[in-house]
Amino acid sequence: MIADIDAILESYRGRGREALLPALWDLQGAQGSISPENVHRISHILRVPEADIYGVIGFYTLFHDEPTGRRIIRVCADPTCALVGADDVLHELCDRLSLSGDGSTPDGEYTVEHSPCLGMCDYAPAALVSERGEHDIALPRVTVDDLLDKRDGAYFTPAGDDESVLLDPSLDAAPQTLAGYGDYRALRQAIFEQSPEQVISAVEASGLIGRGGAAFPTGLKWKFTRGAAGDIKYVVCNADESEPGTFKDRVLMEQRPHLLLEGIALAAYAVGTGKAYIFVRGEYPNATAILASAIREAEAAGALGEGIMGSDFALDIEIRRGAGAYICGEETALFEAIEGKRGFPRMKPPYPTTFGLFGAPTAVNNVETLCAIPGIVRQGADWFRRFGTAESAGTKLVSVSGHVGRSGVYEIQPGITLRRFLDDYCGGVIGELRTVLMGGAAGTFLLPDEIDVPLTFEDLRAAGSTFGSGAIMVFNRSTDLRDLLRRLGLFFQHESCGKCFPCQLGTQRQVEILERLEAPRAGDRERLHDIGLTMSEASICGLGHTAALAVLSALEKFPEIFDAKE
Amino acid sequence: MTDETITLTIDGKPISVPKGATLLDAAQEAGIDIPVICYHEATSPNGLCRVCVVDVDGGRVLQPACVAECGADTRVETRNERVERSRRTILEMLNASVNLEQAPEIQDMMADYSADDERFPDARRRESELIDDNPFYVRDYEQCVLCWRCVQVCAEDAQFTFALTLKNRGHETSVATAFDISMTESPCVFCGQCVGVCPTGALKPKVEWGIEQGWSSEEMRQQTRRKRKKDAG
Repeated sequence: MIADIDAILESYRGRGREALLPALWDLQGAQGSISPENVHRISHILRVPEADIYGVIGFYTLFHDEPTGRRIIRVCADPTCALVGADDVLHELCDRLSLSGDGSTPDGEYTVEHSPCLGMCDYAPAALVSERGEHDIALPRVTVDDLLDKRDGAYFTPAGDDESVLLDPSLDAAPQTLAGYGDYRALRQAIFEQSPEQVISAVEASGLIGRGGAAFPTGLKWKFTRGAAGDIKYVVCNADESEPGTFKDRVLMEQRPHLLLEGIALAAYAVGTGKAYIFVRGEYPNATAILASAIREAEAAGALGEGIMGSDFALDIEIRRGAGAYICGEETALFEAIEGKRGFPRMKPPYPTTFGLFGAPTAVNNVETLCAIPGIVRQGADWFRRFGTAESAGTKLVSVSGHVGRSGVYEIQPGITLRRFLDDYCGGVIGELRTVLMGGAAGTFLLPDEIDVPLTFEDLRAAGSTFGSGAIMVFNRSTDLRDLLRRLGLFFQHESCGKCFPCQLGTQRQVEILERLEAPRAGDRERLHDIGLTMSEASICGLGHTAALAVLSALEKFPEIFDAKE
Repeated sequence: MTDETITLTIDGKPISVPKGATLLDAAQEAGIDIPVICYHEATSPNGLCRVCVVDVDGGRVLQPACVAECGADTRVETRNERVERSRRTILEMLNASVNLEQAPEIQDMMADYSADDERFPDARRRESELIDDNPFYVRDYEQCVLCWRCVQVCAEDAQFTFALTLKNRGHETSVATAFDISMTESPCVFCGQCVGVCPTGALKPKVEWGIEQGWSSEEMRQQTRRKRKKDAG
């Protein structure tokens, strides 16, 4: 073991703070936690103060500075998994291990924790299992026996979808492999037939807007980055998909890794860089492994790496693993994480296109956004605009979960109404519909008489709702809405980074009130209203701005649940 | 800053400021008071506390005056209904978590904004034991508002000592040394700058604390002097 640690530490010699998260992952992988001794040693190698490293470990929930069990089991506690009994799994697990709650067994075998959404709502209830010395695995539809058994490392791959541009209709073709995906034709075409400016023009003309939630025009972002002063630039793929109810990016990475890599390569060619990062959330070990293997395969085939396809374009794509922090989906917090710091969002301006990763101009794009690029380059902007509407061009992935016949990731043409989509594609609502939560935990509720809204960015915005990251969570009349709100409140309390006062304090004050919804105090509605507007208007970043959206929406749509329970 | 000036309106008053000036600079120039908690002239501004937020052109979100630069021809309102609600609610929520008894400036702000000091009953407070681990100062993190100033002056803003960090996150964040070791085991050089920039009673010179405790002069000597090597022999 000591030799292992020595080897790990030596492998980081010569690197700096940016290597901190990878180093902590490696150290923890060897010993289950990160000891003061190892912090001391890595501090000298990376030249990072020990106090800072301690601060970083404490920020990310997947890092431990105290001994853990040999197997760490994290069971999802968020709304969709709760609907199918995740709490029961967690309780029974604790019972069988004689634990009173989150914690470790005295024999050092097991640590049990509850986890924020693991992005497997289509396979609820889900759990993430970390066995010391082995790769983490994400487990679908777990039972207590699954979690206690010795599992082999076989990871699961979700089923494909019927009509797809982004998704692969024929999983038999093994789209994870380069042979199944085919040559990087769009990249070849761009490198040999198009200037970077032409690629950017095509993306601008396509009308593609960001699929991560903020809906910023992708072509414009690239144009700004390319035009920004500076010799060093970066492309960053934001694969920190952590919005509860959202799992489309996981499915894309697991099913179509080469589509993403080709999209990243095109982005790098367009903005003018030879270095790209993919920041994958720590809870997605399967996707991370598939991407790593795909990168090796593409490099071996000359589609990535030095002298791509015989040209002078080179690209190094590096995967960075997150360590348990929803806030790192915020682009500037993500940069901080890659730089080896606590994932605090930065003040904007300056924006990433001028001052991004390591202070250099950076194009940061969501997985799904980048996956749309090869098609646009190969088949043209007009082809892409054939799908969807003028303002919501192209197809869009949505993640559907909860009380529907078939949950999963669907590729839709924006414009279809929510009602038709649920009926025709998802096997309809199970039971009588109570509400649809659009956009995830940072989303808003739609009532049964509001689901004729067309699924487009513009129509949802006009209806006071949001497409967000494309999460659609469906709840029937059996759902306890107070419990749902409480879980959303717990999620934000757990995930607030603590930087700005409105969100740090507001997410705490909000959940305190949501936990007493059955027996509220006089004035709680007004308190929630003031907290919600203060977070929305005064917070530093998107997390705080949206941490009360669902609560404010519930105050409007379900005023009765804020009265004492009868 | 360049010589270029821009013009904007603050609370109805037209004002010209150098390009690059913050809204806080401009407000001071116009004689308008904007409250601040985390902001300190000697530390890098981070826009954390958000009590300095102002309304710029009725935008979707309010702007932190301490860091947001003035925009040409903008209309700034420093104390409308939205601004008042945010400031009051932040102060009420802060007061529910933190002991502000020894923070008179924040107390004044609470009075100014009619903040109710019992607005959030049954709130979880950030509780911690007083830390008395060195001869120079004591740490009472129940009074810490997380302005970050101490961490900043200990690091790149002044001393480059890096004894302090932030641990945990969200509401459970606190200022700490690595693995919570005592200050005497940490790299701390007892420069005292952290105590100097603390806006509350969270960091306090030991002498001041001793006076509050009613120590005799003998006790004070014992508690605040480090044993010198020659004495120890």
